[in-house]
Amino acid sequence: MILLIQYTLIFASVLTLVALGGCFSEHSGVINLGLEGTMVMGALGGALTLKALTGAPYIVIVLAAILVSALSGLLYTVLLGVASIHFKADQTLVGTAMNILATAAATVMVKAINMAENPDNVSATIQYVNSKRALIVRIGNFEFNWFMLVAVIALICSYVLLYKTRFGLRLMACGENPQAADSVGINVFKMRWAGVLISGILGGIGGIVYITAGVSEWKFETGVAGFGFLALAVMIFGQWKPTNIGLAALLFGFFRALSNVYSGFPFLAALKIPGTIYNMMPYIISLIVLAFTSKNSRAPKAEGIPYDKSTR
Amino acid sequence: MKTQKESIFKNAGFQSILAAILCIVIGLFIGFLVLLAINPAGAGEAIVTIMRNFLNYPTRPAQMKYLGNTLVKTAPLLMCALSINFCYKVGLFNIGAAGQYVAGAGACLYAALALELPWYICLLCAMVAGGIFGTIVGFLKAYANVNEVIAGIMLNWIGLYLVNMLLAGVKEQASPYTFNLSSTNTAAILPTLGLEKFFSNNKYVTIAVPLSILIAIVLYIILTKTKFGYELQATGFNKDAAKYAGMNEKRNMILTLMIGGALAGTGAAFLYLTGFEQWQTTASSVPSMGFNGIAATFLGGLHPIGTIFASYFIQHITSGGAYLDKAIYPSQISELISAIIIYLCGFVLFFKFAMNKRVDAAQERRKAAAENAAAKGGESK
Repeated sequence: MILLIQYTLIFASVLTLVALGGCFSEHSGVINLGLEGTMVMGALGGALTLKALTGAPYIVIVLAAILVSALSGLLYTVLLGVASIHFKADQTLVGTAMNILATAAATVMVKAINMAENPDNVSATIQYVNSKRALIVRIGNFEFNWFMLVAVIALICSYVLLYKTRFGLRLMACGENPQAADSVGINVFKMRWAGVLISGILGGIGGIVYITAGVSEWKFETGVAGFGFLALAVMIFGQWKPTNIGLAALLFGFFRALSNVYSGFPFLAALKIPGTIYNMMPYIISLIVLAFTSKNSRAPKAEGIPYDKSTR
Repeated sequence: MKTQKESIFKNAGFQSILAAILCIVIGLFIGFLVLLAINPAGAGEAIVTIMRNFLNYPTRPAQMKYLGNTLVKTAPLLMCALSINFCYKVGLFNIGAAGQYVAGAGACLYAALALELPWYICLLCAMVAGGIFGTIVGFLKAYANVNEVIAGIMLNWIGLYLVNMLLAGVKEQASPYTFNLSSTNTAAILPTLGLEKFFSNNKYVTIAVPLSILIAIVLYIILTKTKFGYELQATGFNKDAAKYAGMNEKRNMILTLMIGGALAGTGAAFLYLTGFEQWQTTASSVPSMGFNGIAATFLGGLHPIGTIFASYFIQHITSGGAYLDKAIYPSQISELISAIIIYLCGFVLFFKFAMNKRVDAAQERRKAAAENAAAKGGESK
């Protein structure tokens, strides 16, 4: 039971962080379909940091991992920003390219690093067994992960930032009606850059949280196994609102956790439902929910449309 | 006054080809830089190795055999690309092609291995399964206003888990891969019609290769020469205008995604019914075929015929990556290159726009100069 709660919370943390990232980007008017790739890059940066800092004080490890993965994610979303804000590229196309690119690039990089260290090691795996201990505080049987706290802080900050500050309201204006926003002197391009980069930061942190959630090594050939897409579903399920996103993340995290630990529950194991069903659940639920809610969707109205000053 | 000849740079076809070549060159160059960073000594040789692909073999029979292998994998890629291309013409981004491909793979392998049906039924099963996946997306889009990209992504993962489960019953005991077709049900293998003779008896070269090219041509004719194709494209240009012009835009959308799904599903049959590859029932990520299809479509200038060449190129370098010395370079370099090419394709519209602007400006200038000269000539008389 405790294991289920622990996994639910940690997966929910990942989903919250990444979905909030998507939320910022979409509120500014840019669809970040490359969240999956952003997570991979964040995970890569974070994992390398964890590996490099083996033996360092715990607080340093935690902070450095967060910082580096945020930075990796941020740098990676520059690709999206340049293409979609300045060159009016198709955002679905660019996002897809970013997802493929991230997995390929991360695999190539990790393999190159591994081979440089040991010519016989041609795997794309990074191990961070020792540093991972820094992330966890044991409370009885429950493993509290510092990243859970990070997710909660991110959630609160996002809420305040979006609804209580001038910046947040302006950002959302750019996703609803960029022409109107521009006419009152808001720099739409700047705001969209802000949205995209914030999504990179949050997506990057989400990446490191995901790969340290249950395991202590990561094979980068698998990318992040669709978690970025799941986060997109969480964002839509949460109707682009931080508080709802937090709740949706808990629900989706719960199903994801079930697939990991269902065999530990006698009554669930007795049902003999394959683990893949639990893996499928979040996607099926979001499809059904989408089918019922999309008619009056709260999606930012101008998302996905490149801003062109001349159409003002 | 003599009408000015249209500049070749203004020709849409020429622009597409130029843009594609530019994307390829930049993509390869970045790939080369990555190779340089990993190991400068062999980088030049490595990039040549990727581009040579089957030509890395010294003898002609071996070359033909491995050209055959590349073609075997080009056929499914082309089908996925055509699926995305067809839907894009109707204004729908069929990112779900990857899932429709997965559904097709599951259906045809289940039909072949568990039900032991002949190949044409298996092919049909794949087509129907892909079609159903496409139709779901179409229905959600038409009647519930669900974005086809999001619905497609969800279905990609649902399809992956579903197929993993479905095929778990027909896999080898010792490995996660499904049974080999040649030992379980030879009747399910696509016929070769003697094609293998051209490729040094490469038995994997089947009718799938010419069929996929034929389908590309048929799609081109449907889209440009028929009323049905015209209606679909009109729906893509402006949904509401099409509706007011009396076209059934909802039906068109569903039909488009159904056809798109069937194309991608057939693509899976074109690969798995050759016996070239087995499905891995522990796969934890959606096969990249559907996503590479996006690359091929956009690289092919969103034209069915261009897509044929683009698909071949993408597969050519992907296969070429396998010939790299694995002790020095990871073979994923070729995936990296194709990903960069897709990314660059995002800039193509802007590139065309900028080129048109330049050509127009140059023409303007020439015209103004000519008028100026004429006016001066008039004054001096």
